[in-house]
Amino acid sequence: MTPGQIALRALIVGFIIAFAVITGFAYTTLLERKLLARLQARIGPNRAGYIPIPRRGGGKERKLLAGFMQPAADAVKLFFKEDPQPTMVDSWVYNLAPMLAVIPAVVILAVIPWAGKINIFGAVFEPYFAIAPGLNVAVMFFLAITSIGVYGVALAGWASNSKYAVLGGIRASAQMISYELALGMSVLVPIMIADSMDLGVIVEAQRGGWFIFLQPLAAFVFFVGALAELQRAPFDLLEAEQELSAGYTVEYAGMRFGMFFLAEYMKMISFSALTAVFFLGGYRGPFVDQVPALGFVYIILKIFILLCVMIWVRASLPRLRYDQLMSFGWKVLLPISVLNFLLTAIFIVLAQEGFLF
Amino acid sequence: MAEQITFIIGSILALGAGFIVVTNRNLFHGALALMISFLGVAAIYLSLDAGFLAAAQLLIYIGAISILIIFAIMLTRRMMQTTEDPFNSQFLLALAASVTVFAILFSAIVYVWPLTASNSVPLAAKTAVADAVLQDTVVNLGSAFVGADGYVIPFELASILLLAAMVGAIIVAWPKPEDVA
Repeated sequence: MTPGQIALRALIVGFIIAFAVITGFAYTTLLERKLLARLQARIGPNRAGYIPIPRRGGGKERKLLAGFMQPAADAVKLFFKEDPQPTMVDSWVYNLAPMLAVIPAVVILAVIPWAGKINIFGAVFEPYFAIAPGLNVAVMFFLAITSIGVYGVALAGWASNSKYAVLGGIRASAQMISYELALGMSVLVPIMIADSMDLGVIVEAQRGGWFIFLQPLAAFVFFVGALAELQRAPFDLLEAEQELSAGYTVEYAGMRFGMFFLAEYMKMISFSALTAVFFLGGYRGPFVDQVPALGFVYIILKIFILLCVMIWVRASLPRLRYDQLMSFGWKVLLPISVLNFLLTAIFIVLAQEGFLF
Repeated sequence: MAEQITFIIGSILALGAGFIVVTNRNLFHGALALMISFLGVAAIYLSLDAGFLAAAQLLIYIGAISILIIFAIMLTRRMMQTTEDPFNSQFLLALAASVTVFAILFSAIVYVWPLTASNSVPLAAKTAVADAVLQDTVVNLGSAFVGADGYVIPFELASILLLAAMVGAIIVAWPKPEDVA
């Protein structure tokens, strides 16, 4: 293919995936509200939209999927809210920050493999189905884009010209920078085992068994690091309502506030996808070699399960204190991941030199 | 064609944002423009088939160094009072230094480089590296760094330098005995 054709295909695939993930974001919010409610023995949103099923012999009709229009209602509400801009803010940076929060969340999607080699209506996607397939620095790219995610938070905090927002922004940036190290260290382990930084090769290397069984420690560190990177519970202290009202988003309203949430939930989806790719076999599953389209089903199923785990964690664990957060990141997670990395490296070299088995 | 487009976009980003960095009076906006400038340099690395360098540029310069600068501004100044005069007493010296560096690099590219590359036309050859290196840059980069016939000694020297800097930073930040008591 010529570079023009590659660019055109990436553009089309990118549009489709981005819109699919934005729809996914809308329903992740609903999933979170519903599941949290169930875990706390509540019912959750059940008013906006339902499919009426009449009962035999009259009587009140049954409501199927009650509440499935809730995301649309939320979006309409956010769009029609007044969007005041405080007078003493740095207008440029204040408007830039929500965009800088969303852009990295979308850009990460570029490297995620959604299915193996597949033929869709005559168009052959190889070596695997992704916006940028076969990128040999995909893991570096993911880490780099993740580190850019700090900007949205730090700039929002600073530009709001409010002490709560600044404190929230500083907390958030310090937290994200600290946990990035453990995250990067734990990602090195699948790279070493698969012998590549190409996400498709990492998935294919798990043909014999998922890396979570080989490397449960690395998978744990990656998942915890991802929770901290996403500022999800139990690491959501930057928006601790009791201390900081709402952290860095306190001066934002309407859809500008909504964009921070868009970024958070889209990152939840992409980090779930990356956890699946690194440790849960990505798009691989039974019969995926015969029917490549099953790859989409498997990875979406794995993303769904991981999202449910994240929500479950939020419902179960209390929020950490700031000093606990920092000492957990630097004194527990980072040493564990460095040690795990060293042991794995020694083990791989010994196996290659034939000292084992 | 694609390379030219990437190069033009990258250089416009790098030079335009660099110009804003040195002329803007608002320190915070200047730091943000510096980040855009680094992004432009990463795009130029990409157009030179150096994907690893581009990712490293994003990770280190935008993800770490610019954040450090922004942190320093956030924590050391009064909020929103970040306007500065871009000229201080050292600006003539700085001008002389940057003009010298520019002259050396320019002459190196125009006069010296065509002699070493097989292509004799200045500024026309795509890259001066072998095609084999471009096939899998990451693997080649890795084995060149730590291979016995590669650059293992400079690499280890750089790591010792970084380690020393880290130890120094810890010692600077270590609480003094009188503070602890």
